[in-house]
Amino acid sequence: MRTIAFLMRKEFLQIIRNKAILPVIFLMPIIQLLILSFAADFEIRNLKLYWIDQDKSTSSDLLRQKLVGSGYFVLSGMGNNAMDGDAQLEDGTTDLVIVIPAHFERDLIRENSNSAQLIVNAIDGTKAGLGNYYVSQVVGEWNQEIREKFESRLGTSPSRPQIVQPTYSFWFNPALNYKTFMVPGILVLLITMIGAFIAAMNVVREKELGTIEQINVTPIKKYQFILGKLTPLWIIGLIEFTLGLIVAKLVFSIPILGSIFLLYLFAGVYMVMVLGMGMLISTMTDTQQQAMFIAWFFLVIFILMSGLFTPIENMPDWAQKITLVNPIRYFIEVVRMVMLKGATFSDISHQMIVISAYAVAINGLAVWRYKKVN
Amino acid sequence: MKRFRAFVIKEFYHISRDRRTLLILFGMPIAQIMLFGFAITTEIRNANIGILDLAHDEHSQILKDKILATDYFLLSKELHSESQLEASFRDGTTKLVIVFEPKFSQNLERNGTANIQIIADATDPNTANTLVNYVGAITFDYTKQLNKDQNLPLQIDLETRMRYNPELKSVYYFVPGLIAILLMLVSAMMTSISIAREKELGTMEVLLASPMRPYQIILAKVVPYLILSFLDAMIILLLGKYVFHVPIMGSLGLLIGVMLIFIALPLALGILISTVVETQQTALLISLMGLMLPTILLSGFIFPIENMPLPLRAISHIIPARWFIVAVKSIMLKGSGLLVIWKEVAIMCGFLLFFIVVSVRKFKIRLE
Repeated sequence: MRTIAFLMRKEFLQIIRNKAILPVIFLMPIIQLLILSFAADFEIRNLKLYWIDQDKSTSSDLLRQKLVGSGYFVLSGMGNNAMDGDAQLEDGTTDLVIVIPAHFERDLIRENSNSAQLIVNAIDGTKAGLGNYYVSQVVGEWNQEIREKFESRLGTSPSRPQIVQPTYSFWFNPALNYKTFMVPGILVLLITMIGAFIAAMNVVREKELGTIEQINVTPIKKYQFILGKLTPLWIIGLIEFTLGLIVAKLVFSIPILGSIFLLYLFAGVYMVMVLGMGMLISTMTDTQQQAMFIAWFFLVIFILMSGLFTPIENMPDWAQKITLVNPIRYFIEVVRMVMLKGATFSDISHQMIVISAYAVAINGLAVWRYKKVN
Repeated sequence: MKRFRAFVIKEFYHISRDRRTLLILFGMPIAQIMLFGFAITTEIRNANIGILDLAHDEHSQILKDKILATDYFLLSKELHSESQLEASFRDGTTKLVIVFEPKFSQNLERNGTANIQIIADATDPNTANTLVNYVGAITFDYTKQLNKDQNLPLQIDLETRMRYNPELKSVYYFVPGLIAILLMLVSAMMTSISIAREKELGTMEVLLASPMRPYQIILAKVVPYLILSFLDAMIILLLGKYVFHVPIMGSLGLLIGVMLIFIALPLALGILISTVVETQQTALLISLMGLMLPTILLSGFIFPIENMPLPLRAISHIIPARWFIVAVKSIMLKGSGLLVIWKEVAIMCGFLLFFIVVSVRKFKIRLE
């Protein structure tokens, strides 16, 4: 026990004495949590609309006002020539171009029908699909309005279009506040990154600098060595988690509906797993560069496939299966369930079992892989 | 010049003898682009929905079939009463429930309006929003179809053209972003560590005592990584083109030129980082922690920049990847020339120059 305590003290001193690394460990993640949580907004509004009116009639004017008034679009400019629209789309100053052809109003009344053109920048497919839908909706509504007016003026019997009217409700989060959703997720990412990177570099650094020899010749046992290395990092990870929770609560007013003890229990086990992963990488590599690249490789995959940025359900089946071995996915699920839905231990028991098994397996592997003799 | 060549060769030996790093350097982009090209998508596919049909009549059946016939939705539960709504959401399997009012067909035919209610689980607001809009669009289509044969007076038709990506594939959107993220992180990491390493192992002393000038030392460090990163970029580009069929509409030369500028940029940033740190550990933490999430989140790679609050939009201007992504998308998908993207290119060159100037000034030729 005393041996481990000495090792821990050494590790702590090494971290605290390194003035460059302390702010990276504590400040950078918190700043990122504060800033980045505002970034993840998918809601599409204020689409930029470029208006090309070759008719310049009362009707086309009304339609424009209707579109701008709908709140979905911002007018980015107006032109007369279809070529203008192309240029605007190309340099990205607009998302949508609407072309109202000449005789728009005349055709509508004389021929009973006319057509307008909508050109969408479709590089972002989702946004393009929505833009198209919003425009058709507004045009459709306006169409119905003028039709009714026209008929009542002529006194003809009103035509009877059939309309299916959808109404929407958003449950559990009616204001569609995405920060409630993102903050816990980003917090998980940050402590995972810090934990994995620091642990991955730790042992390999001693290897590279040669100081590992000094430890190898002492009677310190393998498990003592790993434990002495991991405990300080584990404590740092949990302090980090605490800071993050405080920010989430105070700055973003994220509720913590479930038991905070449960949250820490899971975070504790999870940190053991993350650190074990870093340690395993550390024992398998020779230089810090290698260790970093491997840690980075897995973390980018874990982060982008965690379901935080793009939903797991959207992925193809084989990719969804891969996410089953993604620890970040489980922690994000747990943090959200406990914080936002007030889940109890039995609700998260599945995730708990997976992560515990992971932690035992990975740390076992790390202790086994660490050799005192080269 | 001969001396310089010898230095470059030394760096190449360093890199090529480290088989594992080399394997990762080339294996990583391939693995990641394959994985993400297929897996990262905002397209809705097979979302589990529930349906509560209180009408069970002709029109409700047709609309239901129409909704379920798409790839977007999968019927997970047929509900029978409103009391089941809450429970169907709680276990997290149902993302959305569509409720048809009683006498749906009758209302539609007699009164002209029938109602459906769309209820979404908004714990994930982004997905909820997208799903709701998809159902809305299908319903809207159905309404249009219903009235097509009626010969309504004063009909306005809207012809829609989807420019640049007619099939609305999300891989078009993500490939340029992936190139940016991979290049940004790999290049910055590689250079920052390689100089910090010489410092930490003490070999920097040897380099500084040599007749090489500081800028030559730095340049010799950068050249091999420039070549490696460029190969990486080419691999990604080829995979994008031949595996994901992302077109390259514009000039290949221009695309490669822009890529070279963008590769040099994080390399220079890496040098800058390495001049201010003493250990590899700090160099890596700064280049990884400092660059990873900001590049993913603020570059417009996944989340649209115009949606962000003003301060974040301002910050996104200093994320070099942001400009690169815009330029690459324009060249690859829109076929734009330098005339359209000169601003992005100029900004990237500005960053590059800034990083180089600062790191040359910060580079110390004496160790303490």
